[in-house]
Amino acid sequence: MLLLKLALRNLLGAGLRTWLNVLALSFSFVAIIFLQGLYNGMNAQAERASVEALYGGGQYWHPSYDPYDPLTLGDAHGPIPPALDSLIRRGLATPILIRQATIYPGGRFQSVLLKGIDPDQEILTIPAAFLKNGGAGIPALIGTRMAKTTGLKPGDELTVQWRDVHGTFDASDVVIVQVMRTIVPEIDNGQVWVPLDTLRKLTDMPREATLVVLRPGVPGPAAGGWTLRDLAYLLQDIRGLVRTKSISASIVYAFLLFVSMLAIFDTQVLSIFRRKKEIGTLMALGMTRTQVIALFTLEGALNGVLAAVVAAAYGIPLLGYVAAQGYGLPQATDTFGFAFGERIFPVYSAALVGGTTVLVLVMTTIVSFLPPRRIAKLKPSDALRGRMS
Amino acid sequence: MADSPLINVVDLEKTYALGSTTLKALDQVTLSIARSEFAGLVGPSGSGKTTLLNIIGSLDVPSSGHVEVLGMNIATLSHREAARLRNHHIGFIFQTFNLLPVYTVYENVEFPLLLGGVDVGERRKLVMETLAWVGLADRADSKPTQLSGGQSQRVAIARAVVKKPEIVLADEPTANLDAENSRHVMETMAELNRNLQTTFVFATHDEKVITHLRRKITLVDGKVVSDERV
Repeated sequence: MLLLKLALRNLLGAGLRTWLNVLALSFSFVAIIFLQGLYNGMNAQAERASVEALYGGGQYWHPSYDPYDPLTLGDAHGPIPPALDSLIRRGLATPILIRQATIYPGGRFQSVLLKGIDPDQEILTIPAAFLKNGGAGIPALIGTRMAKTTGLKPGDELTVQWRDVHGTFDASDVVIVQVMRTIVPEIDNGQVWVPLDTLRKLTDMPREATLVVLRPGVPGPAAGGWTLRDLAYLLQDIRGLVRTKSISASIVYAFLLFVSMLAIFDTQVLSIFRRKKEIGTLMALGMTRTQVIALFTLEGALNGVLAAVVAAAYGIPLLGYVAAQGYGLPQATDTFGFAFGERIFPVYSAALVGGTTVLVLVMTTIVSFLPPRRIAKLKPSDALRGRMS
Repeated sequence: MADSPLINVVDLEKTYALGSTTLKALDQVTLSIARSEFAGLVGPSGSGKTTLLNIIGSLDVPSSGHVEVLGMNIATLSHREAARLRNHHIGFIFQTFNLLPVYTVYENVEFPLLLGGVDVGERRKLVMETLAWVGLADRADSKPTQLSGGQSQRVAIARAVVKKPEIVLADEPTANLDAENSRHVMETMAELNRNLQTTFVFATHDEKVITHLRRKITLVDGKVVSDERV
């Protein structure tokens, strides 16, 4: 307690030198928590958006369906198993039929996935209800990315060519009824959404689907060979990407921490050299070497504590404001690799804040301890003369 | 009791390694200093005064010989025991005052008592009494940078004597002071010596100090060449 009191007195007595260190360290605190919070926010937002727009509470896949292998798509359709059909009739699941197709926007051709969805479904946030507005033509829904790459807009007609269940090519014009804004590229890039019944008729695949999306919270029954893919499976790509991106954040995290620790280390080394006579005086007055080492270590470590307090003073309002308002992202980040909103809302968990605080405090204490170890070899008489033994 | 030796030095040698050679700072020094003496180690620079003072104060250890302070063998004290000896029984006064710069006058004087575990009420009483005695009670809240040289040295004296040690070791205490301040500081220490029977040992070559000494031990090249009582 005495050493703590003395260390605090020394630290505050050092004035500007202390506050510069504390400010630099507090900046690291806030920056680390902000960056990690931003990644947590991205992760949470990407997962939430993907679940809401695409994955629901999990998906049943046709045994032949493999989203990573386009060659499987030709065979990835079949009658919906009775157990799933029962869920669909009760509004607890919704089927999606996926076929490969070619579109001809502006005289060019482009391979797409033609996806059939029930316009009345309420499980996914895809605005499928627009597919009720096709008039005489086949209504089609595309996303903003798709609209941008093809130059299509609502009201445009588009020729679509596909193969039916027998392998026969067929084609028809569809009408773009809506361009949906979505942050989930998997329902946007290279995809054209049409009414499920229409697609079934066009392909001669009545009552068939490629996958069935469960409503969140609905337990999945056994479904005659169809594979249940839970959220842990479906989200693994996103989580893998976030992990990869987090490595970049960790480099910044480590750099900020390193710079702060360097400042503390430097201050400690300078402090010991500048205060050799003081160290000698402390020993002459009756302090043991261990006490002097502990005093200097505590002084350094208290930088971390003061920094945490200062960081809390300006960091909580600042980060709280950003968490409430969101962090606007430039347009270019749309190609980042996974779902991004126009604004990211950082998520600061107790584990993040507590973990960062503990890490910085532990690191500061370790770094603060290293230079004073030299005092253990210091003779009081040498210290009083201003010499290091 | 007044004449019982507090400090016994027998055949003390202290050598320092200087590259491939060794420097003998103290050579076969033998002396004893009794309670309430007002003695000085006198001699030119490099004669070994400060080295002897440091060894007596357990800030350094002998290379050979025997040094006993208050019945404790300096050579065999652990760091902790030496620190305890310094904290409880020895006060130090330095040429450059060595006040702790971020502490106030009060806190500087309080420091040895804090280390000694004296309770807060007793600490306050002792510190204010001592500051009043050195004439600086009204500067208790000042920082060392706000004091003159004479005032700083009086704070250092207060810090050295606040715990009422048996021995005060003063290394060139007047070297940075003018004649008036030197006189004041020496009179303050002489009064303390008379009132509390505190033993003072000075290391000095300053005539202003030497004139106040009641015993003059002259060192030359690390050897005691004379020991006079005045």
